[in-house]
Amino acid sequence: MEPKHLDRVVIRFAGDSGDGMQLTGTEFAKAAAEAGNDISTFPDFPAEIRAPAGSLFGVSGFQLQFSSSEIYTPGDAPDVFVAMNPAALKTNLKDLVDNGTLIINTGAFIESNLKKAAYKVSPLEDGSLAKYKVHAVDITALTAAALEGSDLSNKEKGRTKNFFALGLVFWMYGRELAGEIKRINATFAKNPQFAEANIKVMKAGYHYGETAEVFQTQYYVPPAHFAPGMYRNITGNEALALGLVVGAELAGKNLFYAGYPITPASSILHSLAKYKHFGTLTFQAEDEIAAIGAALGAAYGGAVAVTASSGPGIALKGEAIGLGVMTELPLVIVNVQRGGPSTGLPTKTEQSDLFQAIYGRNGESPIPVIACKSPGDSFYCAVEALKIATKYMVPVMLLSDGYIANGSEPWPLPNLNAMPRFDVVHRTDPTGYFVYDRDPKTLARAWVIPGTPGMEHRIGGIEKDALTGNISYAPENHEKQTHVRAEKIARVAQDIGEMDLSGADRGDVLVIGWGGTYGALRQAQNALAAQGKKVSHAHLRWLSPLEPGLAKIIRNFKTVLVAELNSGQLRTILRAEFLIDCLGLNKIQGMPFKVREVSDAIEALLAGAPLPATDKPTTTTTANA
Amino acid sequence: MSESVKLKLSKKDLETDQDVRWCPGCGDYAILATVQRTLANLQVKRENTVFVSGIGCSSRFPYYMNTFGFHTIHGRAPAVASGLKITRPELDVWVITGDGDGLSIGGNHMVHALRRNMDLKIILFNNQIYGLTKGQYSPTSALGTRAASTPSGSVDHPLNPISLALGAGATFVARAADTDAKSLGAILEKAYQHRGAVFIEILQNCPVFNDGVWEGVKDDPAGKQILLADGKPLVFAGGTKGIKLGAGLVPEIVDVVDGDTSQLVVHSELGSPVYAHLLAQLVQPDYPMPMGVLYRHDKPTYEQLAHQQVVDATTKLGKGDLNKLMYSGMVWEVGADGTRH
Repeated sequence: MEPKHLDRVVIRFAGDSGDGMQLTGTEFAKAAAEAGNDISTFPDFPAEIRAPAGSLFGVSGFQLQFSSSEIYTPGDAPDVFVAMNPAALKTNLKDLVDNGTLIINTGAFIESNLKKAAYKVSPLEDGSLAKYKVHAVDITALTAAALEGSDLSNKEKGRTKNFFALGLVFWMYGRELAGEIKRINATFAKNPQFAEANIKVMKAGYHYGETAEVFQTQYYVPPAHFAPGMYRNITGNEALALGLVVGAELAGKNLFYAGYPITPASSILHSLAKYKHFGTLTFQAEDEIAAIGAALGAAYGGAVAVTASSGPGIALKGEAIGLGVMTELPLVIVNVQRGGPSTGLPTKTEQSDLFQAIYGRNGESPIPVIACKSPGDSFYCAVEALKIATKYMVPVMLLSDGYIANGSEPWPLPNLNAMPRFDVVHRTDPTGYFVYDRDPKTLARAWVIPGTPGMEHRIGGIEKDALTGNISYAPENHEKQTHVRAEKIARVAQDIGEMDLSGADRGDVLVIGWGGTYGALRQAQNALAAQGKKVSHAHLRWLSPLEPGLAKIIRNFKTVLVAELNSGQLRTILRAEFLIDCLGLNKIQGMPFKVREVSDAIEALLAGAPLPATDKPTTTTTANA
Repeated sequence: MSESVKLKLSKKDLETDQDVRWCPGCGDYAILATVQRTLANLQVKRENTVFVSGIGCSSRFPYYMNTFGFHTIHGRAPAVASGLKITRPELDVWVITGDGDGLSIGGNHMVHALRRNMDLKIILFNNQIYGLTKGQYSPTSALGTRAASTPSGSVDHPLNPISLALGAGATFVARAADTDAKSLGAILEKAYQHRGAVFIEILQNCPVFNDGVWEGVKDDPAGKQILLADGKPLVFAGGTKGIKLGAGLVPEIVDVVDGDTSQLVVHSELGSPVYAHLLAQLVQPDYPMPMGVLYRHDKPTYEQLAHQQVVDATTKLGKGDLNKLMYSGMVWEVGADGTRH
């Protein structure tokens, strides 16, 4: 039987938060990368570590798209959905494409689980799944059978059933088991009995696919074509951590990182804590304020200093960011955004901290703000943020989000030797030194660090004389300093490269986005432009100062559509900045845009129709009269 | 060969050209002078000395020290100082704070800096009042303190700074009065030699909002203070009274008869934490207050341990190679034909 060729497949695994769905998804993504596909992943899990088994709110999912051509997103809707229990089926089925493949672990469809998922009648029996290709497999029982005679407890045996699902999907897409067996053995090197069980169960799943007549077709997604070079699979937070270490090295410095545990930023600290042999010092502080305080202290001492958090933690750091602005010390603050306000949606993604990043401090306290667009881009943004911070002597906010942080993609490894260095120089000459004397081009003050003889001076949060740095309450001096602090941020534009514009510099619709929506917007624009539609996409890497390239083109389009995962924050800024109308495509569901939502909106605009709503039920598109 | 002339550091060298802006009669003047004199005596390197402060009257201190200085934000000085000390262990980092800054808004940072045994010299000016904000009661104000915010008297119980510092794990704990230059100078010299978290409580007078709050202790040093001396019994009132321990470790004030101090408690800076906690509880009005170094203990500092981990990791893994790091994890090559190899 010849496998059927497919260009791309979107697959979703969902089950209890204890079912190991994140691992299953991650492992399948590795296998897809290994087979040369382009991939994009989207883990979607609850905030609870182990929510009650079988509950609707405890469902954990992992979606990935793998493809033989370039892809930008984890896919709009799964073609294949593996449901490990009734709750997973209930919460995810609506996303599965019509006629999609549905693999159900019938072993979990018992009375109590059906009840927890609020099914009155088992969906396996009421005909409600008729429009899908259903494969009912008792994974629970088949797993148990595969491990018969094993010394593992029943509980331990049960925990291997995700590998049955993995094996089955491996077979469906003709993936080799060898690589996975190697990874399992490495992961469970200290517990070979678990490695053995997982492998046995995975093989059982694979062979089940091969033998059971229900799976009549094997599919083949050929390798994608990539630019030649070295690649690795990387998540956003991993790339960000690497970027910080590399950026510090390019600055000729060691990295100091201070953080306080918070989802979804914590894994940056976990990564960096392993890089001690690079001279990296990590500090788990007692709270968010202490983390940024320590980072500022380190910056004062001459270190390349970074702190990271998510929205609530950034709120706590606000006063200290202001101190960094006032004392003009270099610092990078990373915000891995999540849904807000307050605790909000800790494990879901959102772009609602843009205002917070740009304006969220007392007094006029401007800082540069850069946002990463994808997992791999986090690396470059981290390097760039460090460069700007040290060059302009200013705290820089780097925005990521939960979708980027946890998502992964194949990433062409950068050639480190080709990356320009930005070695930091600390002034040591006391002759003619004034604390707030500035570089004429960047307006940066000299970074003079303790330990430098003859350069002893005092800095602090009280307004300072524009030259000497002594305390000054003089009215004109404060106004002058306020202007200088703003002008310094404006001058960062000198270091901003070409704006990332896809499509012509004039036309019917200009879609503007920033951050993690890049993939969905770019894919939608590419598709429409390929149909001859006059649609362009501007991706803003820098939000403060605004990309200089935007002013040159924003007035060249009949319609400007600002697409964001918030109620229209960038749109508000652009309307104020350019005094032109902008329409908004806004989604506030803790979920990324689907490509279709974006292209539907653009097509509606092209047709002169009102903007359609994106995903039900609450997404709004807003247009100002 | 030219002879280098070693210039001796004087108190004057540690003064800045800035006008000191504390109120006339403020206890801070005396503390500033003693700190400057002591650092001059110690011949410290000005460039390696950093004063970090938070917000409050006392926190203006760095502006008047001709060293490096960082006037930070309310309560956060220990955090900022920690980051500086971790990355620059060779610096002498002093933290100047007050009872509001260090024990109220910054209580969390205080506790954790001490717990980590960060090598910081933390000096807390305790005047039992918020001065800069014009006279509200503070976390060390006595119950019933009438202040701007408590016209009917405060209803919360004060905390004991020395007990807090000991409980948090400070490895050098001392107390002095602002105007007692001799004792304070001696403590500062010892603190300077100590490696680890230093906590010095200074009984400081605010002449504007809480004048005389420590008068009971300061006006009658003989009667209301125990001058701690290593290896010497706890005596006061010119040696006529002393402290012994009764059942249940209850401290008792006893008369010293014929110079016989055999039943009195003998002080040791290196004594047990139990003893140090007991000393901390000797407070007015029931007891004379112990002045001097109450407790001292040597243990590794945070920055020592953190840097040791860097050394150990480098020994074990070799100096980090960024290219190698980039190539860790799942890495593959795409060939000239655009497919994976």
